[in-house]
Amino acid sequence: MTMPLFSLTDISCAYGSTEVLHDLNLTLKINTFYGLVGPNGSGKTTLLDLLMGSHKPSKGTVCFQSTELRKWDQRQLAKEIALVPQEFGFNFDFTVKEMVLMGRHPHIPRFANPTAEDLAIVDNIMAELGIGDLQNRFVTQLSGGEKQRVIVARALAQQTEVLVLDEATSNLDIHHSIHIFQVVKNRVATKGGTVIAAIHDLNFAAAFCDEIILLEQGKVAATGPPETVLTPEGLKAVFGISCQSYFNEFSNAYQVAYQYA
Amino acid sequence: MLKPTCYPILIVGLVIGIIATIVVSTGMGYIHIPVGDVAGVILAKITGSSVDSSINQLYPVVITDVRLPRILTAAIVGSGLAIAGVIFQAILLNPLADPYTLGVSSGAAFGAALALVMNISMLGNFSVGLFAFAGAVMTLFAVLYLSSVDGRYSSNTLILSGVIVAAILSAGIGFIKHLADEQVSVIIFWLMGSFASKTWSDVGITLLFSVFTFALAMFYSRDLNIMSLGVRTSDSLGVDTVRTRKIMLTVASLITAICVSVSGVIGFIGLIIPHLMRFITGPDNRKLLPASCLAGGILLLWADTISRAILPSEVPIGVLTALVGGPFFCYIFRQKQLGGK
Repeated sequence: MTMPLFSLTDISCAYGSTEVLHDLNLTLKINTFYGLVGPNGSGKTTLLDLLMGSHKPSKGTVCFQSTELRKWDQRQLAKEIALVPQEFGFNFDFTVKEMVLMGRHPHIPRFANPTAEDLAIVDNIMAELGIGDLQNRFVTQLSGGEKQRVIVARALAQQTEVLVLDEATSNLDIHHSIHIFQVVKNRVATKGGTVIAAIHDLNFAAAFCDEIILLEQGKVAATGPPETVLTPEGLKAVFGISCQSYFNEFSNAYQVAYQYA
Repeated sequence: MLKPTCYPILIVGLVIGIIATIVVSTGMGYIHIPVGDVAGVILAKITGSSVDSSINQLYPVVITDVRLPRILTAAIVGSGLAIAGVIFQAILLNPLADPYTLGVSSGAAFGAALALVMNISMLGNFSVGLFAFAGAVMTLFAVLYLSSVDGRYSSNTLILSGVIVAAILSAGIGFIKHLADEQVSVIIFWLMGSFASKTWSDVGITLLFSVFTFALAMFYSRDLNIMSLGVRTSDSLGVDTVRTRKIMLTVASLITAICVSVSGVIGFIGLIIPHLMRFITGPDNRKLLPASCLAGGILLLWADTISRAILPSEVPIGVLTALVGGPFFCYIFRQKQLGGK
């Protein structure tokens, strides 16, 4: 048994007087694609913020690579964990290349310029995501799909062990969503690393993730491979819906079919 | 937008521009002094040598004792306000933010007017500045508190909060004027902004704080770029967003307060300059800050020179910048409402 990447022990987490996570225990291992699913308000984003170190638990400990997360230097942590948020945050006319280069920020000393290696990393990642041709365009002028690829490229340019995706493709058209998840999945398969993705679409989660973490009202309802977590009984209990789950040969993945009426 | 390779040319051009502006404007005024004589006197003062005997003996006195303190103060205050504008715009993710639109200038003015009318001098020459700083910081916190939801500031609520707080403060300033009696003209004149009868100690204090603010902003300039991506993302890129934001807002308020305590309320420099420079340098704060700093100095110095030496009678500088800057603000605001950049 290898050492766990993250271990969360007896975590409670609150915003003001509202407790979002209650006595949560969770262990995450390396080189795994995790999907975080659960209804709105079940604590997905809070759990991700906890893993990123940007929200402190009111009780319990979060350990990353055997060291308590709060003892990590923020800049060091940025070399280990990258985030792809749902919103773009493009307020100023930076070019695509400048934006992706911001992913190298934790690796570049304060008054240094990016090295040839930094620029090569950025060029490779832009090519991989198919945004190389856009590198001199302003990020504010891109389409939604292009913007999201820029954000993913920026996070990948951080070259971290862990990639956190917070509903990263919820606002995108289906072909953009599939493309982004394929790129991320391929990277994990070829270069290793761990992905923790909060995903709205259960079939997406089932198709791309090795393990599913199902949250319900601030607690972990179930964890395991998709076929053991996304069961009709489990989904009935958490989401209150009727569904069937089965292996779909065309999708080449375990999938969920919903009863609509 | 300018090619990256042209950036040094821009900076050299602006440096030449500000030196030329200082020399030319020093020659302008009631007593006209030829540019060559101005340059001769300034060079002699800097190198410590004696002034050429062919130059009118009155000129060195007019230049070093009367005009240069005013001119340098105007240029430095212009730079300081422009730096404050860059910082506010970067931190609040909002190209409409500046010391004036956020009400920070009004807060500083309120604090300073209070110190003036109450004849507070417990801290000597720093009393007015200190009260201005306290007023500026309190106003900033009030405006941010009114307009923020979960640490986010939308443009419109921010501007609106600035308007509300500034309105309350202007009533407060009105009350102080009412109480001021014979001192009222001092306050009124000062509120409209003026560089008249500035001294070398004004030059010194504004220079000290401008250099400090500029250096600190340059130190954090790359973090400011990253912070434009929003709190969550900038945290994930290793920037201590909350701490950096606090430091930057404090120094931007400080430099605003210093400028207001020295020269009164001068609006829109901090809005227009970063905006114009961003078209030329792009949004990268490492380039935007030096360019805005120099351009702010040039613009405010020309505005003051026009008011002092060209117009038939002197218009208060704050009135002049508001008359020119106000319509420009309307233009930007409208563009933003229409979804343009």
